[in-house]
Amino acid sequence: MEMPVPDSAVLSRKARVVERLRSVLPRDAVIDDPSETRAYECDALTAYRCPPMVAVLPATTAEVSDVLRICHQEGVPVVPRGSGTSLAGGALPTADCVILGVARMNDVLETDYDNRFVRVQTGRTNLSVTGAVESDGFFYAPDPSSQLACAIAGNIAMNSGGAHCLKYGVTTNNLMGVTLVQMDGTVVEIGGAHLDSGGLDLLGVICGSEGQLGVVTEATLRILHKPEGARPVLMGFDSAEIAGACVADIIKAGVLPVAIEFMDKMLIEVCEDFAKADYPLCEALLIVEVEGSDAEIDAQLALITEIAKRHDPVALRESASAEESARIWAGRKAAFSAIGRVNDYMCLDGTIPVSELPYVLRRIGEMSKEYGLAVGNVFHAGDGNMHPLICYDANKPGDLELCEVFGAEVLKLCVDVGGCLTGEHGVGIEKRDLMTYQYAAADLEAQMAVKDVFDAKWLLNPAKVFPLAVSEPRRAVQMAAE
Amino acid sequence: MLKTEDDIAGYVADATGPLVVRGGGTRAVGRPSQGDLLDVSNLSGVTLYEPGALTIVAKAGTPVSEIEKTLAVENQRLAFEPYDLREMLGTAGETTIGGVITTNASGPRRIQGGAARDFALGVRFVDGAGNVIKNGGRVMKNVTGYDLVKLMAGSWGTLGVMTEVSLKVLPGVEDVTTLVIDGLDPAQAVGAMSRALASPYEVSGAAWIDGAVWLRLEGFTASIAYRADALKTVLTGAGNISLEPNADWSRVRDAQPLHGADTVWRVSVKPSDGPAVIAALPEGCDSLMDWGGGLVWIGQTGADAAAHAALQAHVAGLGGHATLIKGPEALRAAVPVFQPEQAGVAALSAALRARFDPRGILNPGLMAA
Repeated sequence: MEMPVPDSAVLSRKARVVERLRSVLPRDAVIDDPSETRAYECDALTAYRCPPMVAVLPATTAEVSDVLRICHQEGVPVVPRGSGTSLAGGALPTADCVILGVARMNDVLETDYDNRFVRVQTGRTNLSVTGAVESDGFFYAPDPSSQLACAIAGNIAMNSGGAHCLKYGVTTNNLMGVTLVQMDGTVVEIGGAHLDSGGLDLLGVICGSEGQLGVVTEATLRILHKPEGARPVLMGFDSAEIAGACVADIIKAGVLPVAIEFMDKMLIEVCEDFAKADYPLCEALLIVEVEGSDAEIDAQLALITEIAKRHDPVALRESASAEESARIWAGRKAAFSAIGRVNDYMCLDGTIPVSELPYVLRRIGEMSKEYGLAVGNVFHAGDGNMHPLICYDANKPGDLELCEVFGAEVLKLCVDVGGCLTGEHGVGIEKRDLMTYQYAAADLEAQMAVKDVFDAKWLLNPAKVFPLAVSEPRRAVQMAAE
Repeated sequence: MLKTEDDIAGYVADATGPLVVRGGGTRAVGRPSQGDLLDVSNLSGVTLYEPGALTIVAKAGTPVSEIEKTLAVENQRLAFEPYDLREMLGTAGETTIGGVITTNASGPRRIQGGAARDFALGVRFVDGAGNVIKNGGRVMKNVTGYDLVKLMAGSWGTLGVMTEVSLKVLPGVEDVTTLVIDGLDPAQAVGAMSRALASPYEVSGAAWIDGAVWLRLEGFTASIAYRADALKTVLTGAGNISLEPNADWSRVRDAQPLHGADTVWRVSVKPSDGPAVIAALPEGCDSLMDWGGGLVWIGQTGADAAAHAALQAHVAGLGGHATLIKGPEALRAAVPVFQPEQAGVAALSAALRARFDPRGILNPGLMAA
């Protein structure tokens, strides 16, 4: 993966930049020793690594503002970092950058059940937002798989989704307001505890902007009362086509499950080995979960199983208890760890129209043979967000590169059938160079115009999202101005 | 006549002065702007509908009535319940889907399901220089690049002329009922609505209208019967509760009790601030609340710039926004129709407009002078 050549002028100013950062931050909040900055060399896309020039850990919005103002004046690129769980390389440093980690900002600032929101500092992890309100019966709905570790800051940057977004939406649908620090240090409040914007919807464009428009230090998040209960049904089918048709029929019947998860045979086997979830060994497995009171759940599951039966399931197992539910979910939730135990893998994130699932799965199967790399499929079937896991051997020369080419072909296929490159992980560096496949020059120009407005010098996370060749003129202007 | 996206792109590129962008012409809202008419209504028709994927794509000038009719065949609907301003504003014509999305027009179900902007999956638009731009797509989860869809939703045609929009739709419901609690003042009403909305029973509408609280439940018949009973328990002590299976929610959605008013404002605040907004109104104002108290519709006889200024100042202090939806042209020309923004936010908005519409020709001044 190509990254810009580090700016030697910036590197030569390292001592001065560190000194200035130390003047506004506590001593232990500025890390410049190469043995320590190495801790920030990558995120969860571990195939790519580069230690930053400096890492800083501010504890307040004012400190973030000071850091950004100094870096703006010094012309130093800044890469914001939540918990470093990005699968797209969103927090990958460059050698000439300051990594700005928000991990020290993790307080709950306000909890308001009457108005159903919490305001938190964005270093707080996703799961601990729910943790702060669950004893009172509430929860924060977006639930990315990494929710134990991932920070709200990263969720906002990537507009993270999760298994339950079919019903509750993704981050942008649950985010009400932010405190945003711009690259020049300016602090703006956008949105708040009220709904919707009175002017242009800046909140909507900040969410999902991959840390390129500003650093979000505080967020107002919508919380909901927990449902009375939730239970899944597990069903197995002879082919992905049949499973896909079953999903469409469930949706058309007027039931809106909270989650519809799909796994193919390879994943079933791997997960079964790992989690012993008692999954049937079949071509396609669905886990469909519904919510409500016991009687409501029974009624919905009865309707869903009736639909499933019309599609000749090879297995059908309705959960009747919390233990059975946990067992049904155990395999799915362990999918990534399970496959990680057997193989190095790359996890893709393309989204396709649900109607194209059978065709795309068949094509991926064919391509898997052509490239000689195994692929497992596990994904959110209700919304078409696929997660093909391409296996490779990191110790085998050329295998990663082959995997990258294969992955790119799969993502192009997603675009070809009317979908997109990434449904919830973000573009980062991983899909950066494919952006021209989905978007025309004018489309990308319009997006880059937004970055120009928020970050005229292109210092925030500059080598991400847009192909380097496309963003080069803007980044070059910045270098020349120094 | 502008019939295609290319026609519109050409028209904008060739424009030598300001343009007034119009869909169905049903929304005479905002600071009056002058210029040549850019009529999008002939760019019409549903171009793709996949019920199994909960997705519909339509050209911007497609009447909302046509989209709703198409969806009804499959028992699906626009879940954000777009409001209809024609009666209030005395306008005729067809409300278009482009108009709905570009003004982020959401009704009572916004509190549960989300706003128009939350259901917009993708847009095509023509910017102020005449470039055709697409963003988003037709799939439910999409984080590929910046979300300009949200930026276009609620931009009132000042950043670009929307030509096509793809939307997420939802299944219709088997049954609906409304719990009605009569005789509550605004504070009591918000108290009751907050209790209902903080329950697990998925209230899909919470309004205070004609002195009564309305709480809507939608879903399978057995389910809403159960939830209605459960809600009654939650609301013990709130007042006498009756069930109205036929409550007309368009009265709330379109603020019908205020249709006779000369001036109408739409105010978004934190729900618990709704009663304070109402308490501070001058004599002779009527109001109703939606969104559990978070949306206050206010009607006034006559036109009063001082009342407008006082309302926006009050709302600024609370955190939120007040928009003048109906008022004589003279008033709309004299006051900031949209809530003035904090300086830093206003600067970003102005800079975005300057980039998307460098000549300042798209509905100039409609949102901000």
